Amino acid sequence: MNLALSDEQVFLREAARGALSRFKTLEAARGALDGDDSAMPDLWPMAKEAGWPGLLIDEAHGGAGLDAFDAMLVLGECGRVLAGVPLLGHLPATAIVNASPNAASWIGELASGDKRAAYLPSCPPNDIGSGWSSDSRGGLARGELPVATAGGRDSDQDGQTKVSGSFAFVPDAPGASGFVGVALIDGKPTGVAILSESAGVQVEPTTRYDATRSLAHVTFQDAPALVLDAPEDALVSAWYLAQALIAAESLGSVETALDVSVAYAKERFTFGRAIGSYQAVKHALTEVLRQLENGRSLLYYAGWARNGAPEEFPLAASAARAVGGNALDTAARTMISVHGGIGATWEHDAPLYFRRAQLSRRLLGGTGQATDRVAGELIAQADAA
Amino acid sequence: MDLDDTPEQAAYRAQVRSWLDEHKSEAPILQGPGALQDEDEIVAARRAWQGKLAEGGLAGVTWPKEYGGQGLGPIEQVICNQEISRAKAPGILDAIGVGMLGPTIIAHGSEEQKSRYLGPMLHGDEVWCQLFSEPAAGSDLAAVQTRARQQDDGTWRLTGQKVWTTNAQFASYGLLLARTDVDVPKHKGMTMFVVPIDAEGVTVRGLRQISGEAEFNEVFFDDVQLEEGAVVGGLGNGWGTGLTTLMFERVTIGLGSEGMGYNSTRFAGAIAADEHARRDPEVRHRLGEIASELLAVRFTGYRTLTALQKGQIPGPEAGLAKVTIVAGAIKAGDLIADVVGPDALAEDSQWAYMISFLPGLKSAGGTEEILKNTVGERVLGLPPEPRLDKGIPFSELRSKEGAAA
Repeated sequence: MNLALSDEQVFLREAARGALSRFKTLEAARGALDGDDSAMPDLWPMAKEAGWPGLLIDEAHGGAGLDAFDAMLVLGECGRVLAGVPLLGHLPATAIVNASPNAASWIGELASGDKRAAYLPSCPPNDIGSGWSSDSRGGLARGELPVATAGGRDSDQDGQTKVSGSFAFVPDAPGASGFVGVALIDGKPTGVAILSESAGVQVEPTTRYDATRSLAHVTFQDAPALVLDAPEDALVSAWYLAQALIAAESLGSVETALDVSVAYAKERFTFGRAIGSYQAVKHALTEVLRQLENGRSLLYYAGWARNGAPEEFPLAASAARAVGGNALDTAARTMISVHGGIGATWEHDAPLYFRRAQLSRRLLGGTGQATDRVAGELIAQADAA
Repeated sequence: MDLDDTPEQAAYRAQVRSWLDEHKSEAPILQGPGALQDEDEIVAARRAWQGKLAEGGLAGVTWPKEYGGQGLGPIEQVICNQEISRAKAPGILDAIGVGMLGPTIIAHGSEEQKSRYLGPMLHGDEVWCQLFSEPAAGSDLAAVQTRARQQDDGTWRLTGQKVWTTNAQFASYGLLLARTDVDVPKHKGMTMFVVPIDAEGVTVRGLRQISGEAEFNEVFFDDVQLEEGAVVGGLGNGWGTGLTTLMFERVTIGLGSEGMGYNSTRFAGAIAADEHARRDPEVRHRLGEIASELLAVRFTGYRTLTALQKGQIPGPEAGLAKVTIVAGAIKAGDLIADVVGPDALAEDSQWAYMISFLPGLKSAGGTEEILKNTVGERVLGLPPEPRLDKGIPFSELRSKEGAAA
């Protein structure tokens, strides 16, 4: 039994914290909301220097050969300071490519970060018969995955196909060199890789509420694509990896929200007492800690399960996403209320965390979908027992 | 990061499993066909089984060898619990004695007390109970009023009442926190005693709860005489001695949080059994929220184990897991009753029993409110509530409290 950080993991986390501290990410977030498009620093060169693009790529291909938990530690640090490092898009894409022997010519540049990929969020079927789906632009209906119109693994030796379809609100899509996700070929889920410069690729950058989050709607019209020979398991796992990563990022934001709130509750006095001495405030902050600790435990579960118990990874990652999303909502609202009126002003950092919470809960299928998936996985387990 | 046994742990697990394979047929049957029904028979059979477990080295795993234990660590204790559960055999009857009170005596007791009490405790020949809480001293445990007065011949006279006492109805001894000096501040004037439950003046009364069953007792002391040697850990040191017990209580809870049956697998099974419920978005959402938090607690337990393995003692934050378990189980009972309907509330339903038990469990081991205070102050470092009782002799406290009200 060992659910503790290794020395290397502690070092990875500290190094990430140090690297990110060189940037004024919170000021940039506020500046970008005020319309200063140049405010957001490009953090990709720093990520390259730190070796983050290749975290999940095998060492033989120039990556670090680490596992999901290590990537989650880095995302947690990004979340602490609301840093817009485009790893949420890149890392799940690299996980699919890493499992695709026929994409070996791409992988070195993805590992070094010379090329950046964005994952096309492709949600696997659940226990009650939903098919593969994508995020849609709005409403409760799920989008359909793109269809590969010609070619395919079996019919075309060079693995080329053409893809038509769309994905809404794709994290880190603007500026990505290419996209990796799932398309249906004769109804069969198949990994595809598409270069953004190809004909028939349209990337429509969009910002919603949180300027630190780079998003785009991505549309393909007969776009040439490489059919990846990644096994279906790897396509399923990439979705849950994305869930685990956004959970880790959210919980990093919770850490800061809690730290800042606790510090204020100690120094702000009313009626002759620090407000943190009142049970109403103390219990609210303790509730944030409770949710944070639950989330941390589930990050360990997900980090361990991806390789230690792959059949449990969907459950573990979905549970982490559900708890992480709720925790950030609670933490951001508590941060505002503990600070009183000033917590709801533009000058304060609390609204930045609140904006992050609001948008994060609606991306990558949304926390509601993850919560439903937890139930579905457990019901399937009960049937199997 | 892994959940695997080390080679040493695997060897220990194999050893425990092999003992259980050989002896589990001797274990009493408590559930299902052929289960014992009579309460006295059950207790007698479980005592005998505890004795066998002790002989096999499966009780008191963490106790030092010189007191009949195995001298092993908390991980081995967990492995042992897991294997007993895997063998579908009951665990020890006196988990409170062996898990919390015995270790307190080992830490603070005299040599005479250790040699007299520990052996029979470990083997289930003498069951123990914890006599700490009182009607007016629960979360504020240092407010105990049960009074012990020393006589000229050195013996003690004990008068007062304890409550929420598990196992008192068949216990031989209790470890009791009493007030011995009212003229000093309340944390300083307490002493720990060993009390024979069959002593004259001790009355044990079952305390029925919402379910109608009596899991706990009230225990009354009417001028009970205690030997001079009944003091554990020294005169006036009752608070420090009691904190040791409470620390072992945290360890015990930390190692056994899954044992209460409030887990996601069980609750999901109840929902999976209903064709409509398992497809209903609202039911699924509620189940997902509950199960996510309960899964988290399982891994919080593994984190606690990791810390114990490294020689760290679980802190008050472990109590937050209890908040999560109780809240999750309450919501699960509510959800299952919504799905099953009034049959979930039938007297013989497992869900009715759970639903009845949980409101009280919220306050067990310290109310949720006081637990959150402790975590807020010790873990987050928030300033304490102002207190009226600091540095005030216990004898003056009541009038001060009256004046404040």
